[in-house]
Amino acid sequence: MRAKKFIPLVAFVLLTGLLFRGLSIDPTALPAARLGQPFPPFAQPELLSGDEISDAALTPKPALVNVWATWCYSCRVEHPYLLSLAEQGIPIYGLNYKDDSAKARDWLEQLGDPYRLNIVDVEGSVGLDLGVYGAPETYVLDADGYIVHRHVGVLDEAVFTRDFSRWFPVDALPKRMPAIGVGL
Amino acid sequence: MSRFETVLILSALWCLLAASSGARAVVETYEFSSQDLEARYHLLSQELRCPKCQNQNIADSNAPIARDLRVVLFEQLEAGATDDEILAFMVARYGEFVRYRPGVDRQTLLLWASPGLLLVLGAAGLIRHFRQRRDRTLGLLTDAEQDQIEQLLREPRA
Amino acid sequence: MIPELGHVALIIAFVLAMGLAVVPLWGTLRHDIAAMNMAPSLALGVTIFVGMAFALLATSFLQDDFSVAVVAANSNSLLPPIFKFSALWGNHEGSLLLWVLILSGWMTAVAYFSRGLPLEMVARVLSVMGMIAVGFLAFSLLTSNPFERLLPNTPLDGNDLNPLLQDPGLIIHPPLLYMGYVGLSVPFAFAIAALLGGRLDASWARWSRPWTNVAWGFLSLGIMLGSWWAYYELGWGGWWFWDPVENASFMPWLMGTALVHSLAATEKRGVFRSWTVLLAIFAFSLSLLGTFLVRSGVLTSVHAFAADPERGLFILIFLALVVGGSLLLYALRAPSVASRVSYTGVSRESLLMINNLVFTVATVVVLLGTLFPLVMDAFSLGKYSVGPPYFNAVFVPLMALVMPFMTVGPLSRWREDSAKRWLHELLMPGVGVLVAALVLASLGSDGFNIWIALAVLLAGWVALGVIKDLWRRIASAPDGELKWRRLSPSFMGMTLAHLGFAAVVLGAVVVTQENQERDLRMAVGDVEELGGYRFELLRLGQQAGPNYLADQAVFEVTRDGQIIAGLVPEKRRYFASGQIMTEAAIDASLWRDLYIALGEPIGEDAWAVRLQYKPMVRWLWLGSLMIGLGALVTVLDRRYRSQTARKSVPTAGVAGLAS
Repeated sequence: MRAKKFIPLVAFVLLTGLLFRGLSIDPTALPAARLGQPFPPFAQPELLSGDEISDAALTPKPALVNVWATWCYSCRVEHPYLLSLAEQGIPIYGLNYKDDSAKARDWLEQLGDPYRLNIVDVEGSVGLDLGVYGAPETYVLDADGYIVHRHVGVLDEAVFTRDFSRWFPVDALPKRMPAIGVGL
Repeated sequence: MSRFETVLILSALWCLLAASSGARAVVETYEFSSQDLEARYHLLSQELRCPKCQNQNIADSNAPIARDLRVVLFEQLEAGATDDEILAFMVARYGEFVRYRPGVDRQTLLLWASPGLLLVLGAAGLIRHFRQRRDRTLGLLTDAEQDQIEQLLREPRA
Repeated sequence: MIPELGHVALIIAFVLAMGLAVVPLWGTLRHDIAAMNMAPSLALGVTIFVGMAFALLATSFLQDDFSVAVVAANSNSLLPPIFKFSALWGNHEGSLLLWVLILSGWMTAVAYFSRGLPLEMVARVLSVMGMIAVGFLAFSLLTSNPFERLLPNTPLDGNDLNPLLQDPGLIIHPPLLYMGYVGLSVPFAFAIAALLGGRLDASWARWSRPWTNVAWGFLSLGIMLGSWWAYYELGWGGWWFWDPVENASFMPWLMGTALVHSLAATEKRGVFRSWTVLLAIFAFSLSLLGTFLVRSGVLTSVHAFAADPERGLFILIFLALVVGGSLLLYALRAPSVASRVSYTGVSRESLLMINNLVFTVATVVVLLGTLFPLVMDAFSLGKYSVGPPYFNAVFVPLMALVMPFMTVGPLSRWREDSAKRWLHELLMPGVGVLVAALVLASLGSDGFNIWIALAVLLAGWVALGVIKDLWRRIASAPDGELKWRRLSPSFMGMTLAHLGFAAVVLGAVVVTQENQERDLRMAVGDVEELGGYRFELLRLGQQAGPNYLADQAVFEVTRDGQIIAGLVPEKRRYFASGQIMTEAAIDASLWRDLYIALGEPIGEDAWAVRLQYKPMVRWLWLGSLMIGLGALVTVLDRRYRSQTARKSVPTAGVAGLAS
């Protein structure tokens, strides 16, 4: 009989454990639904050349796909770091998300162009297929073209070292320049 | 201000831009081809969660992504998609997270089954309780006898 | 200087609360009457110093002292004075101070009204409440000091109060809600005191019952105001969103509902003693859990305070100590032998148990739905959302299940009743209400509506049962006397609350089923029809408020050529924060609300406009008001007044049949 009286206590202890675990979880963090899938197929113009490109154009890999737009303040913040990554030889493909293409071209002209190519996505349809919910976002495509990671928000060196570097080991990179330690 | 701080502030700003504006009514004037589609639009837009909001459905959210999803919802409805197809489309892109009504599968079985299960268990417990009560009232065992039995059971055997 | 004084007052209150938590309890162990007698004075002392701290913080707000961090973050010199005052609890730190103030207010009330209770009981109850005060004062002082200064970088002006909170509803909603939340600490303290004293009898239930009713009544009113505020202020006419923060206040209410009913049985009959104690512990634990959920950031909500895991950890530890300790005490001390009182399955006891079953299951279900995303996340099983479709699907049937019994309950007899008598009493009302339901449900706009039929059937069943009971009691009174006199406040309170519940159910179903809504583009001169009303947009304009500028649209609503109302929805831009707020215009009446909200401007002279016709939506809040007032009325009952008189209370559950 007495043992039954302990049921509420036991249930509460379990609940407390759960709540404690909850404190170290970020409820707003959302893993990309497309993880482990290939980049969704598309046929869109390229920003600078105007040629229609498809997902086959995203070579070489592994590579980064960076979602950006000129209306996005944080994109301007991460831009210098993207330039330094490109200089290190990491292929970066841009997804110019719901943007004015003329403004986007000006931006690249003024600030430098870290992208191998840029998918023009005025309607946001490629972004939708990818599961993008804002800019900036940066995706990692592995050597086989699968999406293996997504970062939401500004990409900087700390984030890159923590979350991205395992797909881009330093010695595997073609060394055009000595590795740059500090972002500009 | 160091660059790092700028980044922090700007990323905070990004979040604000994405998540604020909680108090603006969303009023959009879609022209539906039928009343049935309009009704389904209202229902589905209330069952789909805005992926980047605090806790809002896409019908009530002002976030750009919510607006995009409303457009997609409208277009797919007009194109003749079924509710299941639309939900599958959304889940493929944004995960189970976007469904305010979690689909019934192995993972969510407990969630959906527990109300009924709890009620049945509780009712069974109550019925048992009242059976015992009635038996006692009928005098099968008086309270004193019951106490005596419990007393005996509790005593350690010599 | 003022903030520092406030800080000192808070520290003194903390020290006094420590004394209250320890000294009287120690006195009960040592049978030291002097130590036990200190409890009321210490409780009063805590109240006075928390009150001082509160008044001093309020002064800082009213004087625009932006060197105080919370004032700078939540107020602004342009804010109207009343909102400067209510801005005090529009943030985490200040609302916590309000929490503690209300807790100490309850303590003092208990000390005052319990003078007739055994000294040991009073000492234990106040000590337990003192412990809770210690926890929350420590929380305030250590992690959320409301008096923190921004020196020397004092801002010139404040950040402003969130425009959503600049509203009369939000002046009184938090205090009422906290009255309920915190008030549940009183039955909790009584339960713990009874466990500590080892005397779990009917007198314990009698002492804590009026407190429970009052706390539960305030909680009902607080939730009602929150729902009403969301309806007119959030701008889209919804009235319940099953948001985690709403659930955080709803769970203690559901558990409190079970407790209020279980206490009736324990007081009158001495049955369900352990169960009632457990419910009292659960109800307050859920309000602590609510505090945790709202302030720790473990769940995402539109209303949550700024998330802070460190504060979350503090509350969690406190929660673990309070609830874990209580449940351990319960496991060790609650009587394991069932009471000797007998009753059958056909009795008022069994009906109260059905109420308890349904409301307990409802609580668990809401808890499960609220925490499910967290559970899945904790075990890395994916990200899930559980929202209104789930809660409605499980909650509505549960409420429908309990309503048939609500009618029988008040008519039934304790101990043993007969199904035949129930049938005799209720056959006529039953048939009558069935006919009424079928007729009314076919009157709707598009033919017969099964949900409205069910709602009318169930709500009407409850209402008619209540009215029949009322009539029977009046009729059976001897002639010549004022018949209403015979109705005790506790009976009247119950009647009012049950009728209110029926009204809420009816309103909820009708407004959900018959709501009409159109999103339209309207230019000046345009006319639209909805729900038989004609809406004409007369003109557009601008209006400056004290701290905002509003775009206005002036509508005229007519029906059959008669002017019904002039409605002026606004869209405000607040200067300090730049935030934009939809201010809906509502023409309210008992049978329907007309609701207009502005969306975005379309071109030069047109707006996107949402028109809504919401039948019987007022019944939701009218019904909740009846529930809350009904609960408050019950304490006027004569038998609770004996608490102040120095006389012993009968201990066994022989206090007679229905009052």
